[in-house]
This record gives sequence, C-alpha cells and structure tokens, in this order.
Amino acid sequence: MIDLLTPTAESQDAAKVPLKPLGKVLAVTSGKGGVGKTFVSANLAAALVKRGYKVLVLDADLGLANLDVVLNLYPKVTLHDVFTGKAKLEEAILPAPGGFSVLLAGSGMVEYSRLTTEVRDEFLRIISGLVPHYDVVLLDTGAGISDVVLFAVSLASEVLMVATPEPTSLTDAYATIKVLVGQQQRQTVRVIINQAPRAGIGQAITHQLQQVLDRFVVTERPIRLIHMGDIPVDPEVRQAVMRRQLMMQTTPGCPAGQAISQIAGKLEKTVIPKPA
Amino acid sequence: MADLTASPRIDLQALQLDDARALLRHDARNSEQEAGESPTDYLQRMIDGLCELSLKDPLTGLSNRRHFCSVLERSIESVARSGESVLLLLLDIDRFKSINDTHGHMAGDQVLQAVATCLAHCVRPMDTVARYGGEEFAVILPNCRPLFGRAVAERIRQTIASLSIPVTPLLNIQTTISIGGAYAPEWVRSTADLWIERADLQLYRAKSEGRDQIRLELPQELSVSAEEKGLLFGNLDMNEMVTMEAIPGDTPTDAADKATNRVNA
Repeated sequence: MIDLLTPTAESQDAAKVPLKPLGKVLAVTSGKGGVGKTFVSANLAAALVKRGYKVLVLDADLGLANLDVVLNLYPKVTLHDVFTGKAKLEEAILPAPGGFSVLLAGSGMVEYSRLTTEVRDEFLRIISGLVPHYDVVLLDTGAGISDVVLFAVSLASEVLMVATPEPTSLTDAYATIKVLVGQQQRQTVRVIINQAPRAGIGQAITHQLQQVLDRFVVTERPIRLIHMGDIPVDPEVRQAVMRRQLMMQTTPGCPAGQAISQIAGKLEKTVIPKPA
Repeated sequence: MADLTASPRIDLQALQLDDARALLRHDARNSEQEAGESPTDYLQRMIDGLCELSLKDPLTGLSNRRHFCSVLERSIESVARSGESVLLLLLDIDRFKSINDTHGHMAGDQVLQAVATCLAHCVRPMDTVARYGGEEFAVILPNCRPLFGRAVAERIRQTIASLSIPVTPLLNIQTTISIGGAYAPEWVRSTADLWIERADLQLYRAKSEGRDQIRLELPQELSVSAEEKGLLFGNLDMNEMVTMEAIPGDTPTDAADKATNRVNA
C-alpha cells in the first residue's frame, strides 16, 4: 500500500533564497520574553536618530507584537495589510515619536507566526524594499528560537541580544546564541544587559557566557560575544513604560537614557557607517 | 461531496481507461482486468499502480521529487512531536556534465541508474532515496543518530567512488559524489524549504572544498546541560541580582516560546 500525501505548493518549488544577511539591518532579540527587547529597540532607534541616522523599526515579532503598545500607536494600515496585498509598503510606514519610522505588525499577524515560504518571501521582499531608504533598519524580533524568530535574525548583519541578569534570561540567551552559532554560523553576537543592578555586571555576564560557549560550542570559527552596554535599573524606565511614552523623548538624560545613547554611540563606531 | 459508500455498479466500459492502461503497461504491469477480478478490485489495482507511478522517477526507479517532498513534510511533523533525529542528505554526482558531454546522454543515463542502484543498496529499507533533479539525489534517514549519519554518508561516498560503471563493452566510467547533510531541527516545527536549504548549503561546501567529500551540519547540541548552567552562574553573584522586577510594558511571551522550555522538552 502506498502512502500518498498531496504535496503542497510550498514544498514543491523550494525557494532557494540564500541566508545572506543584509547590511544595515540589526536584529534585536532575546532568549526569553519580557526582558525589554521592544523597549530597547524603540529607544535605541530614537538615540540613533539623535546621531543623525534615518531609522526604521520593524515589528518582526509576528505572533506577539507589542511595539504598538510601547509606542502608543494604533495605525489603520499595518504589515498585515501589506502581507495580504491590501496596502502598499509605504502606506504602512508611520512616523513614531522620537523621529524614527515604524512598520507595525498588526494583530492579524498571528496567522503568520508560522514560517512558510509565503511568509518568508513576503518578509524578504518587504525588508529588501525598506533597506535602500534607511540608514538603519532595526528588527524587533520575538523571543526564543522559533523559526520565524530565527529567520528574522538571519536577515540581519548584526544581532543585539538583550538579557536581564536573571538565571532564566541568561540561560535562554545562552541557548539562543548556541542556535545562532550552529544554524547561522554567526561569529559575533552583541550583548545588551537590561535592568543592570550595578555597573560592570554586563561585562562579567558577557565574559561568563563567552567562557561557557568556548568550552561547550565547538565550531570551525569561534563565536565572539561583544558587550555593548548595560541599561541600569531606573525608575524613569518604569514611568515611561507605564505612561507609554518614549523614554528617550521624555527623560533622555536619565541613567537608562544615557546608557542607551552610549550603546548607539558604540554602534556608530563599530557597525553602522555614518551616513554621508 | 460524492457519497462514496452508496456506490452504484461500476461500468468499466463507460470509463476512459486507455491512458491509464497504457501508462501501466509501459511500466510492465498487468493493466488488463483479470478473470474473476471484480470491477472494484480492478480499479483499485489500477489506482494503486498509478499512485505508485506518480511517486517514482522513471529513469532510476527511485522516489521522485514529489514523493521526497511529502516524506520530508511528514518527517518534520514527526520530529517536532517526537524529537527523533532525522538526517537529510543531498548528493550530487561530481562533474556529471563532462560525462554527458564526453560520452553522450545515454552514458549519462547509465551512470545515473548505476548511482541510484548503489544508493538504494547503501541504506536501510526504512530510508527514502529520491532523485531530486538532474544528477542530484536526496536521502532521508529517520532515526539516525549523528555518528550513524556520518558512517552512512561515508559508506555511500566510498561505494560510489569504487564503482566501475560499464556503459559500453569497451568503456567503464568512474565517478565520485559530493554529499551535504543537515538534521531536522528537533525543537521546532520548521519547513521543508529551510531544511533543504541547510543541507544544500553543506552540499555547496562539499563541492567548493574539492568534491568527493561529505559535509554535515554540526548536530545542534541544544540541550543546555546542568554543567553549562552551573558554569553560567558559577562566578556571578546572583544575590545582587534578585532585586529586579519585570518591566510590565514588554509582555512576556508564551512560556512555550522560551528557549529553555523548547530545549529541555
């Protein structure tokens, strides 16, 4: 007896798009949810705008997007409409407080939270369409190692891994870095420690993660973690989040704001060439 | 929807069966109704035969790309549920074009057939060997531990290299094969496309690094062991980190999405 399964169109013609990261695209990701990825994406975008960059933040957490909540924006046209062909890409791009642009996923994206060829191609098309118009595209991805997250990260030339100094967050960050090394042959991952209780903690954590990776992850070319900075515990962060305001706009001089400015400065020096 | 249970008598005369019969006859199968065979049994036999034909590559007798894709899709589903270790190998005959150009397409076809037979002999009955396209083949090996995967790939590579394929009484052709492989990601329900792409990347490496080689994606050791966890926190003073509270703005994602949960599942 033959077991005949009807092949789907997507399995038939394998769309062979190479996993080639796009320059200027930075992924903000984390192992665990709730560590402040979206907070970091939005405020880092604002800090980069202050340095003269034209920035777009793309809500790449298709299933559980909440950039809209953080920015207090509820647009009529979203990424969902672009995916379904109801709107053009440029119609879905909004100005956000802080001077950057955003492309919000919209609640309908839950149905795209599984990676199919269609989602993949559409995503690639959208990002390739955006890249020429901005100096920096920040992908606010989901947490963990689901295939949509890994795919979104694969499009980025640089990975910013956000973690808090809690054991669960660090273990998940470690596991995610392992996957990025194994599956995407990543050689650098940039670490941002959020809610740091004291100065120097992020350096120590990054060093520790690096040591364990060196010992347990054997690859042809070793992975290098780069500590980008610590965002300290700061009451202004909580205030801004609860009021749904952008911290870099309301209290840019607070300790967390200064830390984010410094991270933007470090990005400028290392990975994003200054716009002409 | 047609009601399949209340079937009227099948009138074979009223059906256009000539094309189906011709296809089966071409494949050296009995395509005529046998004495005593009921119309239903006969049609069932025809349908089974046509299904089998639609899954086979006519030149080599291996599974065709359609069958390969359906097995791959099924493997992804089973891996996502069971965490079983499934290896996909993509194999490409080295410098096949020059065989075609030098000795003609007939010789090329004979090489394809010989390699196909050899591949089928190198694997277990439970494995799927398919002609993926042109001179490219694919093997799906369910329940395949990493050490075993490398051994099978090596056995295939050596066996092909040792083949002497007679194409004319005076000419034997020798060839080699490059092999790339990747395991199905065990912790997520991925897609066939991504899986093929990963194996293809390894095949590309095998080709570009000299051919007649095997490149397997390193099996991802995704479990974070107790030893690793211990080392992660060993030198960090966790006492000074317990005072934090979560920021409410960034809603924690579903617990099932957290990396460690997936990893340790």
